[in-house]
Amino acid sequence: MLLSIKGLAKSFGDLEVLKNIDVEIEKGKVLSIMGPSGSGKTTMLRCLNGLEQPDKGIFTFDDGLTLNFENKINKQEALKLRRKAGMVFQSYNLFPHKTALENVTEGPIIVQKRNKNEVNQMAEGLLEKVGLKDKMHLYPHQLSGGQQQRVGIARALAIEPDLMLFDEPTSALDPELIGEVLTVIRDLAKENWTMAIVTHEVQFASQVSDEVIFMDDGYIVEQGPPEEILKAPKEKRTQQFLDRILNPS
Amino acid sequence: MFPLNNMVLFSITGDLQGWELFVNSLLPMFLGAIKYTIPLTLISFTLGLVLALLTAIMRLSKSPILRVPAVIYVSAIRGTPLLVQLFIIFYGLPSLNITIDPFPSAIIAFSLNVGAYASEIIRASILSISKGQWEAGYTIGMTQNTVLKRIIIPQAARVSVPPLSNTFISLVKDTSLASLILVTELFRRAQEIAAVTYDFMLIYIEAAVLYWIICFLLSLVQQALEKHLERYTAT
Repeated sequence: MLLSIKGLAKSFGDLEVLKNIDVEIEKGKVLSIMGPSGSGKTTMLRCLNGLEQPDKGIFTFDDGLTLNFENKINKQEALKLRRKAGMVFQSYNLFPHKTALENVTEGPIIVQKRNKNEVNQMAEGLLEKVGLKDKMHLYPHQLSGGQQQRVGIARALAIEPDLMLFDEPTSALDPELIGEVLTVIRDLAKENWTMAIVTHEVQFASQVSDEVIFMDDGYIVEQGPPEEILKAPKEKRTQQFLDRILNPS
Repeated sequence: MFPLNNMVLFSITGDLQGWELFVNSLLPMFLGAIKYTIPLTLISFTLGLVLALLTAIMRLSKSPILRVPAVIYVSAIRGTPLLVQLFIIFYGLPSLNITIDPFPSAIIAFSLNVGAYASEIIRASILSISKGQWEAGYTIGMTQNTVLKRIIIPQAARVSVPPLSNTFISLVKDTSLASLILVTELFRRAQEIAAVTYDFMLIYIEAAVLYWIICFLLSLVQQALEKHLERYTAT
């Protein structure tokens, strides 16, 4: 178990977004998180690397790092949590003033203070892996959405995180560009990266995930292997949601 | 410095008129610009920018100990006339046994002024950068300070160039106020010449044209700078 979470809760003002959630993320496995908008899935993902600070919850990592959010965690702990996970955003959030290559090398060179030449080599390798080696000196605005998102994935991989988080990585993309991004994520799954993915792509989730969580209204409604949750869900809310997604009218 | 000033002015007498007066008064005014107007502008703007960045960051801080002094400073400077600030520093401070020469007095007043106005521009520029940029910085492990320095400020700089250029050009013109605390910059030279020749129209038009030329040249620099910063398009 890479990360075990117990009793995760988060409110924004009066709005309870996450209500007492337990999740376990297994090393080398892919966890997909699905659910209607407003169900809390993105907030949960953001809690996993501290972009949102949970109100309650105990995080236990396999290396012994334990964070209890009942008491406010300090800056040092927040930074440790953040550096465990790489994040891929729905809107890419590439640094517009840096080239594709610089976007990827920024973390390792500036934060991790690794050797510049080695990092450049590694970054070129990562950009090759996402199929963008020939575009590495271009700025984000010179790239398509799909290409930007693949740079985003390379940037997150570059810090060598234990866990890769994807927040609806294809939701902002034109339909014809979705495939190239999903292909990259599939390749990462084959390499046994531990990943948590918030997605609406049912077919993709059923192919790539080891485990699927269905969330609604701040709770985990149902959880299990994709064949179960996506093909034969037990809960009515899951059935309705999948029906709406698969048969839009 | 003073002998030269006197020599230059000496060649201008009440007898001069028209074109000859125009040509003979060019040099003293031009020297006033080179020796005072332009250095005053450049030094004050540089110091002012440093002050502005500091103030902007203090104003964006969550801690009231940092925020409140910055708010008061900006409010006080923006709420009082620049001329009054100049007079307080040059004519007022000596009664507290603090005497500062005209040129440094002007530097202090103009830097404080630029610091306050530019801090609002910088603050707005920093706030205009999307939250996603902060988050992207955090997720690759950066601390708040590193995100600010490496990710936010470079983008905010691009946004703030046009409004900061306006501040800069205003400053060039505002330096003429230093004439009132005895800095012999461009406009003070014009006044001195006009006092001898009584040809106020010609001399002050000449001074205006010189200011115009300086500002025009600066606006060319501004355009070049904006073009340079447009290598990428901020999204």
